[in-house]
Amino acid sequence: MFKNNAFDALDPEIINRVVSRRDALRKAGNAAGAMAIASVPVAFAVMAKDAFAQGMPGDVTSVLNFALTLEYLEDEFYRTGLATSGLIAAENVPVFQQISKHETAHVALLLSALGGSAVAKPTFDFTAGGVFDPFGDSAQFLALSQGFEDTGVRAYKGQAGNLISDGATLTIALRIHSVEARHASEVRRIRGFKGWITNADVDVAALAPSYAGEDNKTQAGVDISGLGTAAAVTEAFDEPLTSDQVLAIAGLFIAA
Amino acid sequence: MNSDSTGRAELGFLARLANTTSRRKFVQWAGVTVGVVAIGCGDDNNGGTGPGSQDVNLGTGDTGVLNYAYALEQLEAAFYVQVIATPYAGITPDETAILTDIRDHEVIHRNFLKTALGANAIADLSVDFASIDFTSRTSVLGAAKTFEDLGVSAYNGAGALLTDVNNLLVAGKIVSVEARHAAAIRDLLAPKSAAIGFAGDDVIGADGLDQSNPPPTVLAAADTYVTTTINASGLPTS
Repeated sequence: MFKNNAFDALDPEIINRVVSRRDALRKAGNAAGAMAIASVPVAFAVMAKDAFAQGMPGDVTSVLNFALTLEYLEDEFYRTGLATSGLIAAENVPVFQQISKHETAHVALLLSALGGSAVAKPTFDFTAGGVFDPFGDSAQFLALSQGFEDTGVRAYKGQAGNLISDGATLTIALRIHSVEARHASEVRRIRGFKGWITNADVDVAALAPSYAGEDNKTQAGVDISGLGTAAAVTEAFDEPLTSDQVLAIAGLFIAA
Repeated sequence: MNSDSTGRAELGFLARLANTTSRRKFVQWAGVTVGVVAIGCGDDNNGGTGPGSQDVNLGTGDTGVLNYAYALEQLEAAFYVQVIATPYAGITPDETAILTDIRDHEVIHRNFLKTALGANAIADLSVDFASIDFTSRTSVLGAAKTFEDLGVSAYNGAGALLTDVNNLLVAGKIVSVEARHAAAIRDLLAPKSAAIGFAGDDVIGADGLDQSNPPPTVLAAADTYVTTTINASGLPTS
């Protein structure tokens, strides 16, 4: 079912979407500056086309491969950042070493669980075709880190329901999910923001797709807008992303 | 109480979690853990004094799990309301902002769950924070760390007990916020520490996984701070 390379398993339509967005971003980036583009995604994940055809990864293997791709991305991002001299402020190095250690562990865990069904690691391009410069600009590194972590939280949350019939796997996924949320909180605070997400706010317009829908005020059919300020009621609940939503903001960092 | 003759190993484990001054309830928790004490124990009404101190029964199925979450959110909300009402000595503006936000979030979680549970919601719990020195930063933040890490481990353990994907989703929406809280509180206590900070080695294993605990373990730990006796015997176990 799964091909050896994650990108090979993509639906052609998704590839076209990603490629066209990369081209658009490259042009916009050249014109307007890398971090000022409204629609640049923080990207993640590829989806095996068999699973995508169903709208969401409907089986455990698909969910785990979806997760593995996110973890591959995070793992390589932090490894590269930590290996780049002078990129990360000395006081923050222990934080990113810790985060990196966890992402490496998540990759190993998922590879172990998937065995021969695991997708291969894609080739990443963290410049998104020349739009970003995360390893040359420490502010961009931090901004992308925040985007990856907050999106990772949303991606895992969106898959939990697909694991409800496999309690053991669901619990593992939840235990990764909360680690990503801890990471997100820390990186956000290093950047001078709250550890939690207010409304759908983000300081970098390029990251906006990763926060779309975080201003939701209806939970399990209950209107929570009267339970506190608009800021607080949206901060109190993190929102999921469906695999389609993840894909819609994804792929820019996957070169092949 | 009929638990004293059984479950010695569990008693020893729980003794480290439970307040030794609440021996009666501690024994009941131990009973829940070893499956000795069933619903009948919930008839014991000596768990506290005054309004709101009646025993509560969380119930069964998803309702029971959501009541379990509601109980924990009641506890957290009550704690942070007190923290903000009586700030500790030397609290900084940054700390006040963080703790006020967390108070607001926990109150929202509590009130949301009460609304969602409707007539099935358990009564208000009575709390006992006598073991916390609200004038002390170390005591308050230490308790906050305990509550947040405990909450994360509770939701992580409860997910697989739920059967309705909508309930699982809303639990997921809450747990990641609790994890954000936990990281922020931990970072106040140990800034940027890999060993004991936001996602320290003391809480995240070498496998990169956060904690997960079943309801009896969580409730035994929470028991130190709750006067009301909580009957969790109807909760699903898998």
